[in-house]
Amino acid sequence: MLSADDLSALWVTFKLALISTGLLLALCMPLAWWLAHTRWRGRSIIEAMIMLPLVLPPTVLGFYLLLLLGPHGWVGGSLQAMGFNHLAFTFSGLVIGSMIYSLPFVMQPLTAAFQAAGGRMLEVAATLRASPLDRFLYVVLPLSRRGFLTAAVLSFAHSLGEFGVIIMIGGNIPGQTQVASIAIYNHVEAMDYAAAHTLAAILVALSFALLLLVYGLNRKFKVVSIA
Amino acid sequence: MSIEARLQLQQGNFELDVTLDLPGSGVSALFGRSGSGKTTILRCLAGLERHAGIDLRVNGEIWQSQQHFVPVHQRPLGYVFQEASLFPHLMVAKNLEFGYRRLPPAQRKVALDETISLMGLETLLARYPQQLSGGQRQRVAMARALLTSPRLLLMDEPMAALDQRSKAEILPYLERLHQHLAIPIIYVSHAIHEVCRLADYLVLLEQGKVQAQGPLQQLLTQPDLPLAQDADAASMLLATVLQHTADEMSELQLPDGQRLLISRLQLAEGQNVRTRILARDVAISLVQPQFSSVNNCLRVELEQIEADPHPGHQLLLLRLAGQPLLARLSRRSVSRLQLQPGQQLFAQIKAVALD
Repeated sequence: MLSADDLSALWVTFKLALISTGLLLALCMPLAWWLAHTRWRGRSIIEAMIMLPLVLPPTVLGFYLLLLLGPHGWVGGSLQAMGFNHLAFTFSGLVIGSMIYSLPFVMQPLTAAFQAAGGRMLEVAATLRASPLDRFLYVVLPLSRRGFLTAAVLSFAHSLGEFGVIIMIGGNIPGQTQVASIAIYNHVEAMDYAAAHTLAAILVALSFALLLLVYGLNRKFKVVSIA
Repeated sequence: MSIEARLQLQQGNFELDVTLDLPGSGVSALFGRSGSGKTTILRCLAGLERHAGIDLRVNGEIWQSQQHFVPVHQRPLGYVFQEASLFPHLMVAKNLEFGYRRLPPAQRKVALDETISLMGLETLLARYPQQLSGGQRQRVAMARALLTSPRLLLMDEPMAALDQRSKAEILPYLERLHQHLAIPIIYVSHAIHEVCRLADYLVLLEQGKVQAQGPLQQLLTQPDLPLAQDADAASMLLATVLQHTADEMSELQLPDGQRLLISRLQLAEGQNVRTRILARDVAISLVQPQFSSVNNCLRVELEQIEADPHPGHQLLLLRLAGQPLLARLSRRSVSRLQLQPGQQLFAQIKAVALD
């Protein structure tokens, strides 16, 4: 029932969600830590910039990314000058777009978790001979696991359903940049409702299973709250 | 062996300017109202707050000076916070081991199982902090701090957040600490009865300044300090339980051999106790009274007669068995008996509390 293109679209979707979520968590960890504890006055500028992808239409985001990553953009142009390829219509470009698109969903829970895990618990750990890195690894991280899981789930789920940004910067190349949401759109355009159905149902089931898992874990370990 | 600290700092409107010279053993209490700077001093000693105007030397080792700052995690100290602040994600056993495991084995001077039994934690090891009562949590926090084999133990009102019952539950453990540990303890408190029970040395703080510092007994009874001027002014006498009598009394012995009789208590003979005697419960007699119901009539020497906040009263500083004792008499009694410093007198003590 699933065509080879459909299967590869699902695979690209999954790969994209996984890679962008992983990279986002790693990159946001230091940024969120800094944001949670800085007393710098300009922090609100950073906070506003981080929240921007939440309110912008995905097409606007995609449009600027296309300009930036394409052959004539800062990033794409510089890459080409150095002998690499530009990033428009590539999987790497998709990952970058997806990361920016999901940025607020990772930063928000992480910053909140780090704010809660800082303070007194860190002082206690310091008086118990824990060095700064030790404190981060053995006190902050375990106390923030709730924030990490929330961030990971939101980012992953958000990436699964992405459409606007991808169509702008990734185009529609089967096997490379065509994700499930775009494949569904193509099937509908071609009046192939049966194929659209199959793919759409798979996405519904997948997303539901994911959320079920999270809420199940939540009940067992009390680790996630998606507010 | 001592703790020498000089702290000068400004926080908003609050100015702290103190010089401390605390003994290298026993319990030193920082006593004062809220806002007097007690907690700030403790946090500065720990290195939790970093300010330029601090010099700190502990047993000859420089912890902070103008050029030098030892970070908190490298200072051999234990810190007990007002709220127990146990790690919520770790069981009691893991909380206890947190600091212990971070010490090189050669530096572990305090044994794990010994501390667990000292603080009565045997049955709590497999529990999470949320499953403990307030008093139990604070006991775990104290044990956790001890297990880092500190050379200085800092305690920030460890009983302030507890209800009356938990306080009563925890005090005996604090006293055990005092008796078993050779390390100096700095104890922040605004409750004078806690201080009387635990401290050896007292620092009186008032709005970021040291009002007085010295041995507890001396400061409690120094007539020009607010403690002696208070309506509930009291002296603390050290005594030993001598024996229990057939008529349900207990005899305490003072260092000079004189005895104090109190209602019978559940204490072992030979145990050292601290007694608290309110200044208003002490009466004076020139000769040993023979027809009085007061059992305790002890030889004292009058050292000093000072004014009392009440114009009709005077404060008498007496010496009993080498320890200072405060008496509050009416001005009329003082002049009627023609009391003079240097006189040998009898103090009739109406009530003795072991708090």
